[in-house]
Amino acid sequence: MTDGLSPDVIPVIPRGVRLHWDHVREKWVLLAPERAVALDPIGHAIMTEIDGARSFGTITTALADKYGAPHEQVAADAGEFLRGLMNRRILEVA
Amino acid sequence: MDGSEVRDWRAEGKANGIPAPIAMLAELTHRCPLSCPYCSNPVELAQKSLELDTSDWVRVFQQAAELGVLQLHLSGGEPAARRDLVDLVKAARDAGLYTNLITSGIGLTERRLQELDMAGLDHIQLSLQGTDADMADRIGGYKGGFQRKMQVAAWIKDIGFPLTLNAVVHRQNLHQLPRAIEMALEMNARRIEVAIVQFHGWAMSNRDALMPTKEQAQEASRVVAEARDRLKGQLVLDYVPADYHADYPKRCMGGWGTTGLNVAPDGEVLPCHAAQTIKSLKFDNVRNKSLSEIWYRGSAFNAYRGDDWMQEPCRSCDRKKLDFGGCRCQAMALAGDPNATDPVCVKSPLHAELQKRAVAFSHHDNAELTYRQQPPA
Ligand code: SF4
Ligand code: SF4
Repeated sequence: MTDGLSPDVIPVIPRGVRLHWDHVREKWVLLAPERAVALDPIGHAIMTEIDGARSFGTITTALADKYGAPHEQVAADAGEFLRGLMNRRILEVA
Repeated sequence: MDGSEVRDWRAEGKANGIPAPIAMLAELTHRCPLSCPYCSNPVELAQKSLELDTSDWVRVFQQAAELGVLQLHLSGGEPAARRDLVDLVKAARDAGLYTNLITSGIGLTERRLQELDMAGLDHIQLSLQGTDADMADRIGGYKGGFQRKMQVAAWIKDIGFPLTLNAVVHRQNLHQLPRAIEMALEMNARRIEVAIVQFHGWAMSNRDALMPTKEQAQEASRVVAEARDRLKGQLVLDYVPADYHADYPKRCMGGWGTTGLNVAPDGEVLPCHAAQTIKSLKFDNVRNKSLSEIWYRGSAFNAYRGDDWMQEPCRSCDRKKLDFGGCRCQAMALAGDPNATDPVCVKSPLHAELQKRAVAFSHHDNAELTYRQQPPA
């Protein structure tokens, strides 16, 4: 498999992983077993689009519209980001 | 303690370059039905009658969250030996902490696991003493323990808790490592922590029985690297390699007093689980100070922050920001001086001798295990 994600897969945030506002460091973090992943605004925007129902393609289209960015670029960046989380078992796909 | 007091400590910490901690290990009790010979609890165990009560722990969890702790590890001894475990998990979740239970499984019934699920427990780490009953029960010193653990693993899988399998390996069970990795997959674990035993606490009296051979240590690294590659995206492998056979020491957590803290069963707050072996350190207690005050001002936390305390060769070494001079507790144990370079380091004058001793320890074939004891009532 390549570094990206196919548009048909449905990303799912698995049990034991949650978004958390870190009031001390003033940023969003993804809490997971033995990991706390600090999210930049882009990472946070991607994570909040994941609802366990919409496909990756739908999500990247929504993000591209929302931020007025080229869809291909959004899909590549978001795909790489989510693939990294998958390799660490912080994200699953259905 | 009100919120404004916390913010004052934080501002002071920031001005002094002290970050807020990310993780807290709560040693709820030193009691445990098992008696693993490598237990990382101190040799002087905290007695049951001095354990913090439920309301103390709830206050500590709230203070931890305010201080910036994100991850809470509920540990022991065996945390399931605390009757109020479910209430403690609930309180930790209510405080906003990511809550992880580190357990041998003994003392967890299906009913109790369901209650922990309802209380919001985020993750479980289940320890593994061996991959069959013979090995596991002998190492854990508890007959029937393996079978019960397997039952607990099945319940964990049914309920769907995210699981990490914690395999502590040493000379006597290192050949079982490939099977341990298979078991993690069978249990639906997302992670396995493979830790070659570290020589602190009770393990210090078992160096001749547990020290892996150099060949075993290399084989373990090979097995882990191969499995990481093969199981990418399926199982995360975290690995703590053998210490005495290495050329550079392990990095001391994220740096002493920068990332995490430990609260002992009696409320003493420690920069690390082995810190009480450094007799020159004085520890504060959550019974009479806030966690913030202890973290930012406590003398034990400030003792090894930064690098003013370092001696040569660490002081002028370009790796000092990588490993912080290695382990303070190991420097204490092996060099008799907590400020010394960790003798595991090639640059330590004690390194060659330590490696020789490691080889000698690893060839004591008939060495008996010395088991951990129970804390006094
Ligand atoms: S001093 Fe040693 S035992 Fe303590 S945290 Fe550092 S490396 Fe670990
Ligand atoms: S001399 Fe000190 S800082 Fe340098 S590698 Fe060794 S332990 Fe680390």
